[in-house]
Amino acid sequence: MKKLLLLGDEAVAQGGIDSGISGFYGYPGTPSTEIIEYVQRSPQAKERNIHREWSVNEKTAMEAALGMSYAGKRAIVTMKHVGLNVAADAFVNSAITGVNGGLIVAVADDPSMHSSQNEQDSRYYGKFAFTPMLEPSNQQEAYDMVHYGFDLSEKYKLPLLLRLTTRIAHSRGGVEVKDEARPENEVRLPDDPVQFVLLPNIAKRNYEQHLLAEQPALIEESEKSPFNKYIDGPDKSMGIVASGIAVNYLMENCPEGCNYPVVKIGQYPLPYNMLKKLFDEVDTVLVLEEGYPFIEEQLRGFFNTSPKPIKGRLDGTIPRTGELNPNIVAKAIGKEIEIVYSPNSIVKARPPQFCDGCGHIFFYKALNDVMEKYGKGRVFADIGCYTLAALSPFNAINSCVDMGASVTMAKGAADAGLLPSVAVIGDSTFTHSGITGLLDAVRENTNMTLFILDNSAVGMTGGQKSAATGRVEDIVKGLGVDPDHIRIVNPIPKEHQTMVKVFSEEIAYPGLSVVIPRRECVQTYIRRIKMQKKAKAAK
Amino acid sequence: MKTDIILTGVGGQGILSVAAIIAATALRKGMYVKQSEVHGMSQRGGDVQSNLRISDKPIASDLIPMGKADIVLGLEPIEALRYAHYLKKDGWLIANSTPYKNIPDYPPIEDVLAEIKKFPNHIILDADTEAKKLGSSLVANVILVGAVSPYLGLEYNDLEEGIREIFGRKGESVVELNLKALKKGLELSQEFVKIK
Repeated sequence: MKKLLLLGDEAVAQGGIDSGISGFYGYPGTPSTEIIEYVQRSPQAKERNIHREWSVNEKTAMEAALGMSYAGKRAIVTMKHVGLNVAADAFVNSAITGVNGGLIVAVADDPSMHSSQNEQDSRYYGKFAFTPMLEPSNQQEAYDMVHYGFDLSEKYKLPLLLRLTTRIAHSRGGVEVKDEARPENEVRLPDDPVQFVLLPNIAKRNYEQHLLAEQPALIEESEKSPFNKYIDGPDKSMGIVASGIAVNYLMENCPEGCNYPVVKIGQYPLPYNMLKKLFDEVDTVLVLEEGYPFIEEQLRGFFNTSPKPIKGRLDGTIPRTGELNPNIVAKAIGKEIEIVYSPNSIVKARPPQFCDGCGHIFFYKALNDVMEKYGKGRVFADIGCYTLAALSPFNAINSCVDMGASVTMAKGAADAGLLPSVAVIGDSTFTHSGITGLLDAVRENTNMTLFILDNSAVGMTGGQKSAATGRVEDIVKGLGVDPDHIRIVNPIPKEHQTMVKVFSEEIAYPGLSVVIPRRECVQTYIRRIKMQKKAKAAK
Repeated sequence: MKTDIILTGVGGQGILSVAAIIAATALRKGMYVKQSEVHGMSQRGGDVQSNLRISDKPIASDLIPMGKADIVLGLEPIEALRYAHYLKKDGWLIANSTPYKNIPDYPPIEDVLAEIKKFPNHIILDADTEAKKLGSSLVANVILVGAVSPYLGLEYNDLEEGIREIFGRKGESVVELNLKALKKGLELSQEFVKIK
C-alpha cells in the first residue's frame, strides 16, 4: 500500500486504473474534469492503453462506455451533473439493457452552482433509472468505491451511479492505493444475444425480470454495505442520517464521536431496515445531505404514519438551497460555532473575466458595435468562457441555458419574427450539441446569424482538446450552409473594422449565415509556447 | 498539532503553488493533509481560495469552519479581507500589500490596508516589490510562505525541504532563488511583528 494525496476526482481515476478498467469516457465539466485529466497524465494508463480520449458530448461518452461494457470490459463514464441530462436517454436505458462488463457512471454535482447553471441532484437520476448508487464521504472512499462498484455492477449486471459533489471532487486528501492493479476483462459477448435489443417485448422482460426483480437484492446489499453504518449514541432525543460529505462535517463537529445515534449513508437504494431501527429508537430524525432533500423525502415516505418530526431542508433546519458546510451542520446539531469577525463591507465583488488578449473581448466589441442600432435582447449565447460577456462592461448576451441552446433559441426567436436574431457558441459547444440545431436552421434557411467562436479548445474547463479543431468550416459546409455566407474573421483589435463590416453584412442577409471568429485560446497558446521552449531547451 | 489555513487571491496568482509547498512539507513529516481548491469558472481572474488543513490527527471536514481558521493568507490585500471573518479570535491575517486591480470599483488601497490593521494579529508586506528585488516577480508567493512560516506549526528547515521537493526538477538555481525568497519572507514577517 502506498499513500497519495489525491483530489476526489483523481481518486476515482486511480480507483478505475487499479480495478481493471479498460476505458474512461466523458466530456469536460466542472467539477468532474480532473477524472479524465488524471488518466491522461497517468503512465499506467498509457502503458496499458486504457481509453482516455474526450468524447464529443456526454451522450456519446455514455454510449461508448456502454459499448465497451457490451464487449465485456469495464468502463467509467464521467460528466458533471447537467451532463447527465444530455446522457439521460442512454443512461436510463442502460439500466434496462443491463451491462456485461462493469459500468460506472461517475457524475459530479455542483451544489451552490459554483460553475454551473443549476444545482440538480444526480441521485434522483439513479432512483429514476433504478440503478444502485454510491456516494463517497471522503477521497479514500472515492477510491475504494470504484473497485467495489465494479464488483456490484458485474454481480447484478447493472450500471452503477457514483455521485460526487464539488467539495469531494475538488479537495485533496490522503488515499491508500493498491500496489497492483486487477487484470482487465477479456472481450466477451453477453450470454444473452438479445440483452441489448430494447424491442418492447425484450425491454419489458429486462425491466420486470431483471431490473425490478433485483431491487430487493440491491436494498439487501445496502443493508450490509461497508459504506452504510449504524453508529449508536447514548442520546436518543435525536437521530442523524448523514450521507456523502455531510458525514465529514458532522464528524468535524463531533471529534470525540457523536452523542446521537447516526446512520451513515454511502450506498443506495436506502437501507430501509437500518433507517427503521434508527427511527424507532429516537424522538426526531435530522437528515444531513449535500444537494436536494433526497433521503429526507424518502424518509417521509417510509414513515409517513408516524408523528415523529423529520428535520432537514424541507422544514428549514437546513437551508433549502446551496451546499452544506461545517457551520450549518454545527447549528443543526445545536453546537453553533462562535464567529468573532464579520464580513468586511470594503470588499468588492471580483467576478471572473476574460484573460488579457482573449479573442472573445475583440469579438464582442465588434458585435456590440454592430448590434447597437438594432437594440438589446437579440443575442442568444451558450456555455463557455464567452458567457462572461453577460457581465459588465460587455452586457452583450441575453441567454445561456444548456449546451447548444444558442443555435436553436435564435432559430425559434427568428421564427417568431425577432429579427435580427443572433447566436453565439464556442467551437467545442458547437460540436457538443450545436450541429443538430444548425441542421434545423439549414433546412428552413432561417434568417439568423450564428457566430462560432473558434478558440480551438474547451476553454472554460482548462483548455482540453476540442473535437471541432480544424473542422468547423467542413462541418458547417457539410450541413449545407451556403458557402457564400460562411465567413472567417480574426478577432484582434486591428481587425475591428473588418469584423464590423462582415458582421453587418451577414446580419443584414435575410437567410442563414455562419461567421467564425478564429483565434487560439490565450491559455492554451501560452502553454504551447512554454512546451515548445522546453522542448527546444532539452535539445 | 493542527493548523487551518485559508489561502486567498485572484485566479492566476498561484495560490495552489503556495498550498503545494505547505502540503508537501506537512506530508514529509507524516502529517494528515486536506486541501480544498477552486477549479473552473473563478480561475479566470475572479476571486479564488483554497482551504488547507494540516494536522497530526486525521482531519474530518474538507472545509475550515467559519470562525476557526488559524491563518488567512492573502496574495492580494482585498482578497485577504474577503475571508478574514473565517479567522478565530487570535488568528493571523497575513497579506501582500500589492493590489490586483482588475475591477472598476477597487477601493483606495490605504483604506483596505487600514481594515487589515484592525486585526489584532496581522502582517502586511509588499511581496511583489521584494520579489522583483530578488530578481523574479514569480517568487512573491514563496515570500508569503516565508512570512507565514512561523505560524504554520512546521519547522523552517522542513519548509526548505518542501521547496526543494517542489522546485527540484526545475534546477538548482530555481531552488536557490526560492529558498532566498522564503528567507526574505521570514525576515520581513519577523521585522513587522517586532516593530508593531
